[in-house]
Amino acid sequence: MEKFLIEIFNLIPFVAFLCFPLLKLKSKGVLAFGILSIQVILSAIVAFNAFSGGGIQYTYPGSWITGIIPVRIDALSAWFILVIGFTFVTGAWYGIQYMKKYIDQKDNLSFHIIAYLLAYTAMVDICIVQNGLVFLIFWEIMALSSFMLIIFEHYKAETLKAGINFLIQSHVSILFLTVAFLLTKINTGTFDFAAIADYTYRQPAIIGIGLFVFFFFGFAIKAGFVPFHTWLPLAHPAAPAHISGVMSGVIIKIGIYGILRVLLLIKSDMISIGYFILTVSVITGVYGVMLAILQHNLKRLLAYHSIENIGIIGIGIGLGTIGIGYNNTFLIVTGFAGALLHTLNHSLFKSLLFFTAGNVYQATHSMMIDRLGGLIKKIPHTAYLFLIGSLAICGLPPFNGFVSEFFIYSGLIDSLLSHHFLFIMFILFIILGLVIIGGLALICFTKAFGIVFLGTPREKHEMSFDENRMNMAPLYLIAFLILIIGVFPILLSPLLSKAVDLYLPNYSLMAAMQLSSILHNLTTVGWYSLGFIALIAVVYSIRHLVTSKRQITIGDTWGCGYTGYPTKMQYTASSFIRTYRKLADPVLLVKKKKKEAIGLYPLWITQETHAQDKLEKWLIDKPIYLLRKTLKRFTFLQNGNIQAYILYGFIFIGLTVLLPVIIDKIIALVNFLNQL
Amino acid sequence: MVSLILILIASFLIMGIISRTKSIASGRKGPGIFQPMKDIFRLWRKGSIYSKTTSFLFQLAPTIYLSSVLMAILMIPFGEKPGIVSFSGDFVMFAYLLAIGKFMMIVSSLDTGSSFEGMGASREALFSMLVEPAFFILMGSLALFTGNTSFHSIFSALHYGSYVSYLLSALVTFLFVLIAMIENSRMPVDDPKTHLELTMVHEVMILDNSGFDLGLIMYTTNLKFALYGALIANFFIGSLPLFLSIPLFFLIQTGFAVSVGVLESFNARFRMSHNPEFIFMLTSLSILVFFGVLLILGKFF
Repeated sequence: MEKFLIEIFNLIPFVAFLCFPLLKLKSKGVLAFGILSIQVILSAIVAFNAFSGGGIQYTYPGSWITGIIPVRIDALSAWFILVIGFTFVTGAWYGIQYMKKYIDQKDNLSFHIIAYLLAYTAMVDICIVQNGLVFLIFWEIMALSSFMLIIFEHYKAETLKAGINFLIQSHVSILFLTVAFLLTKINTGTFDFAAIADYTYRQPAIIGIGLFVFFFFGFAIKAGFVPFHTWLPLAHPAAPAHISGVMSGVIIKIGIYGILRVLLLIKSDMISIGYFILTVSVITGVYGVMLAILQHNLKRLLAYHSIENIGIIGIGIGLGTIGIGYNNTFLIVTGFAGALLHTLNHSLFKSLLFFTAGNVYQATHSMMIDRLGGLIKKIPHTAYLFLIGSLAICGLPPFNGFVSEFFIYSGLIDSLLSHHFLFIMFILFIILGLVIIGGLALICFTKAFGIVFLGTPREKHEMSFDENRMNMAPLYLIAFLILIIGVFPILLSPLLSKAVDLYLPNYSLMAAMQLSSILHNLTTVGWYSLGFIALIAVVYSIRHLVTSKRQITIGDTWGCGYTGYPTKMQYTASSFIRTYRKLADPVLLVKKKKKEAIGLYPLWITQETHAQDKLEKWLIDKPIYLLRKTLKRFTFLQNGNIQAYILYGFIFIGLTVLLPVIIDKIIALVNFLNQL
Repeated sequence: MVSLILILIASFLIMGIISRTKSIASGRKGPGIFQPMKDIFRLWRKGSIYSKTTSFLFQLAPTIYLSSVLMAILMIPFGEKPGIVSFSGDFVMFAYLLAIGKFMMIVSSLDTGSSFEGMGASREALFSMLVEPAFFILMGSLALFTGNTSFHSIFSALHYGSYVSYLLSALVTFLFVLIAMIENSRMPVDDPKTHLELTMVHEVMILDNSGFDLGLIMYTTNLKFALYGALIANFFIGSLPLFLSIPLFFLIQTGFAVSVGVLESFNARFRMSHNPEFIFMLTSLSILVFFGVLLILGKFF
């Protein structure tokens, strides 16, 4: 049955594409949304079947190149299928109204719709197929279609540049994955994922670690782990808002899926792998949020926050992996459950934040934080939804971000009680990292929300956006889920425990008890959060009762005697974080341009700050610069002379033909010399 | 339940004791011990002025601030008696609850669009971020020391074996007092009595609050003080019976208030740029505590 559903799932978008030339643009949008919904429903049925039935498995015979193509849908795949489906539906829903202003670019839009459906289909297939080569093909389809999605506004040079950056980095990622899959293929003779487990089990640990590192680099580029994150802050501001939301919500999470999948397969020294993941993750988290604070572009800020959250997810994964190594069920449960839950949570609040940022862009046509302000009066719904997203992303109760961070904290605090000295010290610094991430996120989002939505407008904008029900419905849906997961995390526990079970070596009574104790904790947290909301309601109603009889006066903001127009005197985003910037200056690279006040009557003074990515400069820009410098010496070869090019061709052909012969001769000579 | 009632009682008195100490130390006659609470009650009866720049958020924030601190109080145990809510890892939620109150206050001060309040908000955001690691490491060291992971189980299992552990507990108490001072925006990081907006942190954030809301904020500050006092008291109460522990609780709260008053009377506020260094010092001291605990437990290699 599931096989049939999956086949229909893959087939219907192509049927839709065949109908596309016959339809008008509007009906294309409607059709695509309908198809997407059907696909999501189909995949959800399959996912729930996988959850309840404990996994689905069937095979296609494949060809002589691919070998047998096994399709396995376990709880991990099912979890990701559900997360991806939800984000893509809300993204499409939001996207339909966001793209209305581009209605005259008919061909461009049709292409966009097709790419959207393709990306979704490919991503779900990535989650279920377990054959290396086919996996890579789907991976490539996803990379190309997301490239198309990003460069929707390809007539802007910035967008195209960001898109090409994404395309190149995606292919570097594919390169790593290809090498990893080929290594297993050469050694085992099959592309089946199950072979990885066999192979690494039989080999010494170092080979497993090496293989894992290749996989990790490949997936880390997609997920945005530091130092492979450099495409994210470029691609997110360039893409349309709904694509940014979907990209940050789920496309980067497919990298997380990959890492989780590989961890299920590789049998090696899990402790070293765990330490490795933890180190990378905590650096990712802290570095991401440190740079996020300094950003002036709202979407770029959110992009850096995605990097931070990938770091938090990575901390969960690393903990779980160490748990596998030490055979510590509590760590496995808290680590992996925290990572999986944070994957879901981040996809919810980050898509909400990107969609609301899209509303801000539609209203003001600006993403520069320092030019906005006072939007809470113009677009109140958007403002409050952004606030909910901000609170959730800072991990504050009663929203969902807290629940997943609580999972990870539980694991961390519990591991403090372990007996390995080095492990304790390591955990101490992870806790420090996580706490600093939380604190910095608070600075970042008080800045983002406070400057963009509160106060008075810093520049005049022509407001051209109305919040109607159609626009806001998907956003409210996401916000509702954020709150529900925050208050009743227990609702997700059956699904989570199924997914975490995969990582437990053997399902023991001990594990079941520990799982239930953590879930019990979470229920308490949930009720407690509910109590918090109730208490706010009670205090507020008391306040309302008391103050309704009192006199209310409306006046100006207190200006210390100054009663002029205070808009220009407001704190800006740059001044809000100035002290932080000074503190972080030694670590980060902040370019400052200043025009000093000169003379008795200075006319115009300016100051600009640009936060640059130090790692990007060192690890990407510098090597590329050196490479170009080296290659420049060979530019004489590219002389525009057709005869020379033909000569190169001949030299190449000659070399390819002669090389084996020459090598043969050399070998023969060496053999001859040996015999002497 | 015991701790909630006791903290509520202490919150009525603690600010009065501080100001009384300060007036005695400076040789003034000074207001009575109940004056700060009377001021708050008067504020609760007054009308309000709202800036026309502000939104509904500005009116909601003090409510959330108070609720978050009240919810945090529910977790505080009293010796062997657990708080109303207790679960393992509850101190994480404690810190995050206090953080949501701070978040709302920072945002509400930005809501006024005033340059002064933005300044205060910026400082509050930074300082409260910086102090968080010290709290977590201290709680982590206590968890490590006792082998437990909730407020209640940590404090009820806290007993000191050797002289080193007494030393350690003194250091922890000292650190908690300093953390409480920073969290409540007192000296040496912030001076609540300063008259210049440029040098304020917390006070400048609430310049535009008035009437009932201002009362809520001021009462929340008192509550927060009593909350930290109760945390400190928990280091010493242990398994004492109630008739001994309740007087001890009030003795410690008074001692805490008096020491805050003395500290504020004989100390000058730091220069704003020195504050981060001071708070970093707290973090490094708390790491020292962590090492001390490792040493006591013999977990060093």
